[in-house]
Amino acid sequence: MPRLSVWFIRASLLYLLLGFFFGGLILAQKGIPFYAPVWILFPLHVEFLLVGWLAQLALGAAFWILPRFSGAAPRGPATLVWISFALLNAGILLAALQIWLPAALLIGRIAEALGGILFVVGSWRRVKPSGAFK
Amino acid sequence: MPLLTRTLIKTAMLCFALALALGVALALGVTNAFFPAYIHLLAFGWLTQLIFGVALWMFPKYSAEKPRGSETLGWWTYGLLNLGLLLRIAAEPLNAHQPNAVSGRALVLSAVLQFLAGLLFVVNSWARVKEK
Repeated sequence: MPRLSVWFIRASLLYLLLGFFFGGLILAQKGIPFYAPVWILFPLHVEFLLVGWLAQLALGAAFWILPRFSGAAPRGPATLVWISFALLNAGILLAALQIWLPAALLIGRIAEALGGILFVVGSWRRVKPSGAFK
Repeated sequence: MPLLTRTLIKTAMLCFALALALGVALALGVTNAFFPAYIHLLAFGWLTQLIFGVALWMFPKYSAEKPRGSETLGWWTYGLLNLGLLLRIAAEPLNAHQPNAVSGRALVLSAVLQFLAGLLFVVNSWARVKEK
């Protein structure tokens, strides 16, 4: 597994834990109310699990598994995908700040979108028939 | 494909089918109390459980002796995940309709079980996410 996939997948595992923890607190609050403001964590529960866990795991696995090229850069422009990783995770963390700073949500979502676009640009040519674009 | 992976993936498929059926029921106007169950059957019972199954199978080997890490932890993950999800599906609509001590405690237990399932998966998988 390439180093970038390790970073993507380990980050996704951390978001899985955080997302499950926040979701668990919210579910427990539904069962036996103990602290109503815990609902403030709901947008973070969704953000961490949909983008941080599911989407990010898919990106890490794709960077690892998609067909490679035979030249010096077998997985395409890795620097671009590293920037994608950084933007995606900065975006998730910024989006998490929405609790205290509502404007951070938009900036975070823009960073996530740019991260996603860079990943697509960096991986597009790897989705290819066997032997093509060596 | 190892037995644990087959079990996780087949259970995920059942959750997927159940979620889609529940989606039809919701569209027909069945109480919205089932909406969280619908979302969690899709995102947790289907997608996350499918990923757990494939990851336990495909991630780099932990070691030559224990290629998939701890099988026991893997089975605990499976059991906790599905018991937690089942409890939620049963208790959440009941609690939304008429909150009571039994459904309330079941929801808290469900929350704990599901979190533990995630924790055990991460503990068991972390060392397998490694460079070649």
